[in-house]
Amino acid sequence: MNSGDTAWVLVCCSLVLLMTPALALFYGGMVRKKNLLSTLTLSFIFMSLISVQWVLYGYSLSFGADIKGLIGGLNYIGFTGVDALPNAAYSQTIPHGLFAAFQMMFAIITPALITGALVERIKFKSFLIFGLLWATLVYDPLCHWVWGQGGWLKEMGVLDFAGGTVVHIAAGFSALAFAMVIGPRKGFGKSPMEPNNIPLTVLGAGLLWVGWFGFNAGSALAANGVAVNALLTTNTSAATAGLVWMMLSWLDGRPSTLGIATGMIVGLAAVTPASGYVTPLTAMFIGAVAAPLSYYSMRLRDKRNLDESLDVWACHGMASTWGMIATGLFATVAVNSGGANGMFFGNPNQLGIQILAVIVTICFSFGATYVIAKLLHWSIGLRVTPMEEEVGLDISSHGERSYS
Amino acid sequence: MLKKIEAIIREDKVNDVREALKKIGIVGMNMIEIRGHGRQGGIKLLGRAGSYQIDMLTKIQINIILSDNNLEDTIEAILNSASTGEPGDGIIFIYPVDEVIRIRTRERGQEAVMYPNDIDAMKKKEPA
Repeated sequence: MNSGDTAWVLVCCSLVLLMTPALALFYGGMVRKKNLLSTLTLSFIFMSLISVQWVLYGYSLSFGADIKGLIGGLNYIGFTGVDALPNAAYSQTIPHGLFAAFQMMFAIITPALITGALVERIKFKSFLIFGLLWATLVYDPLCHWVWGQGGWLKEMGVLDFAGGTVVHIAAGFSALAFAMVIGPRKGFGKSPMEPNNIPLTVLGAGLLWVGWFGFNAGSALAANGVAVNALLTTNTSAATAGLVWMMLSWLDGRPSTLGIATGMIVGLAAVTPASGYVTPLTAMFIGAVAAPLSYYSMRLRDKRNLDESLDVWACHGMASTWGMIATGLFATVAVNSGGANGMFFGNPNQLGIQILAVIVTICFSFGATYVIAKLLHWSIGLRVTPMEEEVGLDISSHGERSYS
Repeated sequence: MLKKIEAIIREDKVNDVREALKKIGIVGMNMIEIRGHGRQGGIKLLGRAGSYQIDMLTKIQINIILSDNNLEDTIEAILNSASTGEPGDGIIFIYPVDEVIRIRTRERGQEAVMYPNDIDAMKKKEPA
């Protein structure tokens, strides 16, 4: 065991956990004032819900003893066997419990990302049930396929350093499916739905960027050169994407603060799968492409009149899809000897594996989410009543208001 | 004769009322956020542990200045779009207005509250 690695990953647990309240603020600032608390709570509650689910059985399903490459077994139920000694399957130098804790923070934020699709109209009870089902039936299996010992995509050699598929593509396309089932907000397209507090969104974005160092650099599971590389690629991609979105926003008229902040997040999402496998210069290119890709995806979504309210699909789903492909092109063992080479480094096979993983993730997350959402829609319903929606979820769902 | 309508309505009815007014050609208006209550009792909000009562609820007051030949049509439009049938729907006050002056053009009286395609223009277009 290595105390340097352990100390670093311990810190990263805090950084990544911080990303969930940061996401809450990022989303909260963009909804109408009457729904601010509700939006914050939708992300916040996962800190509790998934922390418990993970310890009880989530970790086991994700990283437990492999069953046919599809799911983990129940050998780590209740975190039994998840203790201070390293688990050689995942890391030689940090305690097993620390690996499990670090992974928990990813499991927490991923469903929170999806909430962007359902704000301002979701029924809280239905949402809680959905969150639990999604974590169990979508996140845990997908996590196992890509990162779990024996997972079939991992065995195939997919490169996903910190969660391009497992976190961002899954969340983005699940959000798309959910938005299609729940339908648009009342008045979408007719009434103004302005962000109530852009400073909150900017604060959230800043905290997300900082936290992302834990997300990406921490995924090296060691305090070493690969972690440093991941930090540099993360930072560079975010910075570049922020600048490019600023320019796109400028072409619209004036460079918007909200646009700049969004661009940075898009760069972060895009570089996530590539961060430990590509060079900082490549990361600049990744960020530069991610910004217009997400920007025009947003415009497309708007033109199609789909109320995927906070653009999770455009910003996370599409950005990380590009990131996974970029990994298949630009990965190099010079950066990470534990990875593989991409197409531009003599291994065109890798691109094929990446594309397969992307397609699998998209189909699985979209399909499963659509089905779960439909079942909830038909049984207990997904939406609050029209009057509750008009009054605002803060008062109707939580009996509170943000500002008195 | 010019009149002022103060329509104190539910926050969540603002869009419906504005749309109904636009439809009949009432164009100029302003609104302010206001707190108050009539005969009903307020609502119960949740704190950290337990609940508390709030009496003065947030409503929106829409102010419209118009000539009195359009008064009844406007009142009708507001009543139909602002009402839910539940306590808390609001109240309308009507006042006489001494004078209206448009700042940019210095128009006074009737001319100061006229707009292209407004309620009077729409009525003129209708066959007699």
